Amino acid sequence: MVHWSAEEKQLISSIWGKVNVEECGAEALARLLIVYPWTQRFFSSFGNLSSPTAITGNPKVRAHGKKVLTSFGDAIKNLDNIKGTYSKLSELHCEKLHVDPENFRLLGDILVIVLASHFGRDFSPACQFAWQKLVGVVAHALARRYH
Amino acid sequence: VLTAEDKKLVQQMWEKVSPRQEDVGAEALERMFVTYPQTKTYFPHFDLHHGSDQIRGHGKKVVAALGNAVKNLDNLSQALSELSNLHAYNLRVDPPRFSSQLLSQCLQVVLAVHLGKDYTPEIHSAVDKFLSAVAAVLAEKYR
Repeated sequence: MVHWSAEEKQLISSIWGKVNVEECGAEALARLLIVYPWTQRFFSSFGNLSSPTAITGNPKVRAHGKKVLTSFGDAIKNLDNIKGTYSKLSELHCEKLHVDPENFRLLGDILVIVLASHFGRDFSPACQFAWQKLVGVVAHALARRYH
Repeated sequence: VLTAEDKKLVQQMWEKVSPRQEDVGAEALERMFVTYPQTKTYFPHFDLHHGSDQIRGHGKKVVAALGNAVKNLDNLSQALSELSNLHAYNLRVDPPRFSSQLLSQCLQVVLAVHLGKDYTPEIHSAVDKFLSAVAAVLAEKYR
């Protein structure tokens, strides 16, 4: 089980409380597809992904980004059982979606950069630490049921 | 490979950041030491407290090297040749993780903090590619 200090929990929830899940989620997923274009391989049914502008405006990307970040919210509500929270999703990503877990790490790093751009100085080094830890734990939990 | 557009974006970003260049280096290093404590193992001789002169000084060096890279985007290998030797033969910092992921991530977080929305997806993409290219050059001579 992952140990979270009181400070880490506070840093995570204070940022989360101010996050617009729909906007942030859309932005993070769009950036994943733009910065690491090979990740588009998982989204061939999403329509126009031909340019950064197309990706950013793509409604399927936005909707899926919101879904992904909403699920992060579940992790944050269950910091003491992230493994359990992501058990089914892990199986799904392995068995149905066939996503290389390396991509979870990439998305996590991108999410941290998106938060930094939104929160500026409020996204302190200590904040970054807590959030990098969180995205790492989520990535690990998502990879855990792979076989 | 950095396209002409990527190079333009990197140069644009660097110009936007230049008034705060000195801070950027120190902040990136500080974030790296806080977020990835294992990186401290390369600096046992440094005072790593917030605001330390050594972090400030080293940050300036890192930023100067990046600035040099930005001026020589068409020939990174040559421009960073000395630094490449230093990292390979002297410093022997673990190449794939250190240069390419941890410091790059922290540099990008600092740029995002300073530039906010101006750290657009296009600039983010170009900078990520640029920092990967720099890391690859620094790791060129490892073996």
